[in-house]
Amino acid sequence: MDELQELYQQVIIDHGTKPRNSGKLNTCSHQAEGFNPLCGDELMLYLDVDDNNIIQDVKFESEGCAISTASASLMSQFLKGKSVAEANDSMHEFTDMVTNSPKADHHSLGKLTILAGVNKYPSRVKCASLAWHTLLAALNKQTDAVSTE
Amino acid sequence: MSYDVEKIRADFPILHQKIKGHPLVYLDNAATTQKPQQVIAALDHYYRCLNANVHRGVHTLSEEATAAYEAARVTVQQFIHAQSEREIVFCRGTTEAINLVAQSFARPQLKPGDEILISAMEHHSNIVPWQMVCEQTGASLRVAPINEHGEIIVTELQALLSSKTKLVAVNHISNALGTINPVQDIIAMAHQVGAKVLIDGAQSLAAMPVDVQALDCDFYTGSGHKLFAPTGIGFLYAKAELLEAMPPYQGGGDMIRQVTFERTTYAPIPVKFEAGTPNIAGAIGLAKAIDYIQAIGLSEIHGYEQQLLTYATEQFKKIKGLRLIGTAEHKACILSFVIDGVHPHDMGTVLDHQGIAVRTGHHCAMPLMKFFKVPATVRASFSIYNTREEVDKLVTGINKVKEMFANG
Repeated sequence: MDELQELYQQVIIDHGTKPRNSGKLNTCSHQAEGFNPLCGDELMLYLDVDDNNIIQDVKFESEGCAISTASASLMSQFLKGKSVAEANDSMHEFTDMVTNSPKADHHSLGKLTILAGVNKYPSRVKCASLAWHTLLAALNKQTDAVSTE
Repeated sequence: MSYDVEKIRADFPILHQKIKGHPLVYLDNAATTQKPQQVIAALDHYYRCLNANVHRGVHTLSEEATAAYEAARVTVQQFIHAQSEREIVFCRGTTEAINLVAQSFARPQLKPGDEILISAMEHHSNIVPWQMVCEQTGASLRVAPINEHGEIIVTELQALLSSKTKLVAVNHISNALGTINPVQDIIAMAHQVGAKVLIDGAQSLAAMPVDVQALDCDFYTGSGHKLFAPTGIGFLYAKAELLEAMPPYQGGGDMIRQVTFERTTYAPIPVKFEAGTPNIAGAIGLAKAIDYIQAIGLSEIHGYEQQLLTYATEQFKKIKGLRLIGTAEHKACILSFVIDGVHPHDMGTVLDHQGIAVRTGHHCAMPLMKFFKVPATVRASFSIYNTREEVDKLVTGINKVKEMFANG
């Protein structure tokens, strides 16, 4: 498979053009806004975390490219039912995958590993990371919009 | 003489390479242009044979380097038809030139209530320096609106002019839309209320003949790297009497007449504004680039690029779902667009895989993107060495991207 096909796999185009969990969460415990100043991608992320620190629901509103939208869509599916601690670990593992070691074993990320190909596109790594930066900001109850820069 | 694009292409070594297995189609000329062999050779020659610091040396090399640097100033003067070479200040580029005017011309005289007027299609470099000086002085920044074609609404600009307006700053050609602005009319209107006018010429100098005396502008700025010259060199043109009255922008060596710890007197213009060792090689490269395009002829270049623009616009109209952003009546060969269902960044990455270099994003004009209600655009900007075949390759590329995302 060539690099381009690896980057734009059907799953990514599918999630990028028809994102899952798109919209606003009316009752949510956490929310944050993410922004990629380089390309203008914007993301509003809503989380509903219960008293046992389990993420019960995730929704997001985004304006961005296929990579950033697909990443947010896949992340939203992945996070449901995970604990906050697990979400934090996954965020670090995801960052490692798209920046340092795309080839390492990242099976704990499940379906998210299809985004590993973005590693070959330094200018696009931030697109894939925006959702996760925003997740971290939401979990930390950060009120200012978080930036990928 | 007919326009020989193949001969021109042969002068640009960088064009003859493959990107990801495809011949390079370089369509990011509004960001920066490529450099002809003649300019590269001039830089090489300078560093091999001529390198010395300018203006104070008595040795041969210093005298030769000074002569070449000052000859470059005369080349720029003649290129833009300035009255005197004293009106040409070398600097890093348009951004530095605008900052120089903001801090040395505007800042000392602006008072609360005064106004600076720009247009809604300015590059960040013609917005932010004015915001900074407004914050420093209490003056206000006013913005002349544009219409849906991406043209300044001149009547509205005129309505914003008053005795409060101290400076009007607009681009000659919009980097994001390609619009050629009616700067001559704007300058005349501004002068009627006593305002001075700065024209940002970053995009125009490689695309059309410029005559600062005919325009009667007070300031005109240019960047070498958008003109087939190296990065890090550009110039400010200003009428001599304005430069004479302005305080220096930066202090340092070269810009002084006499220094004591009590008092320093400054060198005459333009050297007063050139503190420190200048970009000597850059200036020489810029002069060589100007010689290069003058040998082709600015009118010939403009004519050729207008044909390319007409052809590309016709081809674009056949692409379903493509919306051109910037459809002014008078345009340079810059095509900014969006496509239904495909984000510009994905378009940029997929085109790159076909060897096609375009720019995607906000083009340093975020307020403009907001006006057109798009987060970003794809921009294909053409130059002297681009061909109709490259337009065709771009169109084929765009259709491939559409297909890829339609099947998603």
